[in-house]
Amino acid sequence: MTDPTTYLSHLELGEPDKTFLDSNELIINMGPQHPATHGVLRVILKLDGEKVLGTECVIGYLHRGVEKIAENRTYTMFNPYVDRMDYVAAVSNGLGYCEAVEKLLNIQAPPRANYIRVILTELNRMASHQLWLGTHALDIGAMTPLFYTFRDREEILKIFEKYCGARLTTHAFRIGGCQYETYEGFERDVKKFLDFVPPRIDEYEELLTTNRIWLERTRNVGKISAADCKALGVTGPVLRASGVKWDIRKAQPYAAYPEFQFEIPTGANGDTYDRYMVRMQEMRQSLRIIRQAVEGIPEGPIMAKVPKVMKPPVGEVYHSIEAPKGELGYFVVSDGSTQPYRVRVRPPSFVNLQALDVMVRGQLVADVIAVIGTLDIVLGEVDR
Amino acid sequence: MAEEPKSPTPPSGEPKPPAGQPIPGSVQSTPAQKPAEKAPEKAAAATKPAGPTPVPWESPLVAKLKAQYGSGVREANTYLGQNYLVLEPSITNEVLQILRDEEEFDYCVDVTAAHYPKREKQFDLIWILYSFARNQRLRVKTMLADGESFPSSVAIWPTTNWLEREVFDMFGIKFDGHPDLKRILLPEGWKGYPLRKDYGIIQQDEEWVKTNLGIESGQ
Repeated sequence: MTDPTTYLSHLELGEPDKTFLDSNELIINMGPQHPATHGVLRVILKLDGEKVLGTECVIGYLHRGVEKIAENRTYTMFNPYVDRMDYVAAVSNGLGYCEAVEKLLNIQAPPRANYIRVILTELNRMASHQLWLGTHALDIGAMTPLFYTFRDREEILKIFEKYCGARLTTHAFRIGGCQYETYEGFERDVKKFLDFVPPRIDEYEELLTTNRIWLERTRNVGKISAADCKALGVTGPVLRASGVKWDIRKAQPYAAYPEFQFEIPTGANGDTYDRYMVRMQEMRQSLRIIRQAVEGIPEGPIMAKVPKVMKPPVGEVYHSIEAPKGELGYFVVSDGSTQPYRVRVRPPSFVNLQALDVMVRGQLVADVIAVIGTLDIVLGEVDR
Repeated sequence: MAEEPKSPTPPSGEPKPPAGQPIPGSVQSTPAQKPAEKAPEKAAAATKPAGPTPVPWESPLVAKLKAQYGSGVREANTYLGQNYLVLEPSITNEVLQILRDEEEFDYCVDVTAAHYPKREKQFDLIWILYSFARNQRLRVKTMLADGESFPSSVAIWPTTNWLEREVFDMFGIKFDGHPDLKRILLPEGWKGYPLRKDYGIIQQDEEWVKTNLGIESGQ
């Protein structure tokens, strides 16, 4: 492998602090095999003692060439592949892809399908945030939340399993709607979950929100301003925690979202604690959306009229959704054949990870762990 | 690109597309370039109702750019409710700067490319922009020949740093003035650019695989 120092050649590093002992700069590798990098992420750190002078991410260990695969599959055949990018929020990935192709085909999913889509996507957002909370807290040193969140996330995965047979890479939606009608007792299960989970969220909050160690480890750690977020293209809860009230579900609504009432939680400081608070409130907002959807779910078909052989007209389209991590976009080009000419995935994790350097410079090395956790990246999506 | 490193073996074993389907790289007309002319033909040939066609996009922004650059703005259309501009490469970087500074497109969502090997200018280079103030999206597109480089937009939107690196990694398009242009997803020293249409789906850099992984082939 290449000498790590060559990676940092472009960084304009500040002078190390002069102490009476004269400190030394140290270059160390964090990862790719490191439990706190949430996958195979390698971060090269330039340190002055405990202080981070600069970082460089080395990514691509999980690169599978998803965009190339797309060009060699039909539109339908590529659908399950998108689940393998952000594998903890597979339903969101599928929704973005299906809607992008539907736009290209100029068809719309029927209302009932849209409601099912919203229910499952919001459940998945909830599951993704729970997984994030458990692992993030574990990284920082709180072990209990992990067991609580995994216990409760199980209930969501059970609903997915009953609905489509899979727990993680669900392939829940099809281009044009949903393949499966809701199972007998789906609404009862979802409502039961809605009653079951709010006290559990209170429980997570009891463990962390006013916990002194948690506050010390997250407040004023990894701060990023709204202007920096916009310049770096950072989206999702990270952007909202910096005080920008922007959510694609509200700004450019899709599926059945215009029909539901919900708030966009925002933070003020843009630090790790605010991002924690934003995600906690997002979970409660998701429950609100699910409740409205499950109570108002209309009857009717779940699949639009879709040709058996899909040949979208020549053209290109960009469609994005608010995935749990931020803006997930699909840019699809059709040449009129059965296979997409080009599929570009705009992954939120990849773009958000770029902000790591800005967020940790000048902070302590222990905070790098906290910041990687708070960015909520999934390496399957970063590397695609 | 003249100095483009060739893979030690020619693309072999590429799965043939099913009969009756065009090979993705072999389209005669370029879909992105001339949808306006192509779509009515298709509609006439098929008995199905006419599909959506791009319609001219009228707005103060387009009028301003047309007044300033004239024929440099080659297309300004709306397709399926999405606005896009097709610009001459020579003015594109200037227009991007104007879009951010004067038109509030302060968020660069994505930079990407597409390869059309049959065309003289083989590459589409595409920026997807968003304006928080206007709640509007805009696609800007320009065309580049193989080997042509393009000014980097890192100074305009810092987010394009990694995005341009990915375009370089996958298509081999060079960005002048980029602070750190090197491969991002593939290992350094990899030969070839996978998202070009002439790069087969199971083609790989066998030399790299042999040296670094110690196996004959990763396939």
